[in-house]
Amino acid sequence: MTAKNQRLVLVLLALAAVVAAALLAMSALRDQAAFFYAPSDVRRSGLPLGRDVRLGGMVEAGSIARAHDGVTVRFTVTDGQATTPVTFAGIVPDLFRERSGVVAEGRFQPDGRFVATNLLAKHDEKYMPPELAGKMHETRTLKQ
Amino acid sequence: MPSLHALANPTRFLRIARPLTPLLVWAGIALVAIGTWAGLALTPPDYLQGDTVRIMYLHVPTAWLGMGGWSGIALSSVAYLVWRHPLANIAARAIAPAGATFAALCLISGSIWGRPTWGTWWQWDGRLTSMLLLFFVYCGYMALARADAERGGDGRVPAVFGIAGSALLPVIRYSVVWWNTLHQGQSIGLTGSTIDRSILWPLPITLVGFTLFFAGVVLMRMRALLGRIKTEARLRRMARA
Repeated sequence: MTAKNQRLVLVLLALAAVVAAALLAMSALRDQAAFFYAPSDVRRSGLPLGRDVRLGGMVEAGSIARAHDGVTVRFTVTDGQATTPVTFAGIVPDLFRERSGVVAEGRFQPDGRFVATNLLAKHDEKYMPPELAGKMHETRTLKQ
Repeated sequence: MPSLHALANPTRFLRIARPLTPLLVWAGIALVAIGTWAGLALTPPDYLQGDTVRIMYLHVPTAWLGMGGWSGIALSSVAYLVWRHPLANIAARAIAPAGATFAALCLISGSIWGRPTWGTWWQWDGRLTSMLLLFFVYCGYMALARADAERGGDGRVPAVFGIAGSALLPVIRYSVVWWNTLHQGQSIGLTGSTIDRSILWPLPITLVGFTLFFAGVVLMRMRALLGRIKTEARLRRMARA
């Protein structure tokens, strides 16, 4: 083996090792690096009480209810396996709507409810023109 | 005769690079202009985000080139460490500021996109944080490569850093797949795209445009670096004479 070939093998091995180390670290950090708890995470590992956390998932269809004071919103976050009721008082982001993603920042209550101090909208990776997304979305977008 | 070999190739490189530079830069600018106009005037808005979705035509190419730039640095570093070809070292150094600029543009355009859609300028989620780290790694690389060149190093230390830094590329790529993040998942994969064709079509135009422009800027900087090396060598010879 010439010196050049030896170097080539060594450098490529180093590159592969670096990338593999990154991938291993990523999968090991999966829980710590998560941006939010999903409702089923909370059901599995218990309520993270007494500290600010984020709760993420989809806003369940038909679950958004506004209280009479005009600023309090109640809705249910679901990840398909479990649900969490959320209360939030304040201005919701434009993209906050049913069947769409949401990340709520706040605290869990001992009874399992989540009181949010801030809401972030999370949209998915599907982009399409209004006429494709159906009549309901079309009217909403045009009204804005 | 390694010295002859090193001298011959940069000369041939310069002969190709000189006419290629303006060609790449102007073709890139023209394509970016066409793609941006199409993206602003011809495509429909998104059903959910409305017109905000048009930031994509800038944001996706800058993200692609921010990561592509580091891939270039990593490949050049491999080539330099294995074949000790001086042009590879110069290519890696020339790519760094362009890649850093595009990584910064990606972060800025993403922040401007995030405010109206997510409701926040910045969140420490996996995708955003790993992209910010890549920007810092670019800055570290530039400082290291410069210090190495100024102190008469042979470029091997920055090349090792260039290979180590590629650990970030899979992290950025898979951050939205393996971790839950605020950033949405991958829209464009090898097999297809979840973006409707009517919205997607100007994106390849700006993507190719920015890439050509990027390549032109890299050639420009490589020529400048080669020129500086030549001047310094000549000054040293004159001082000795």
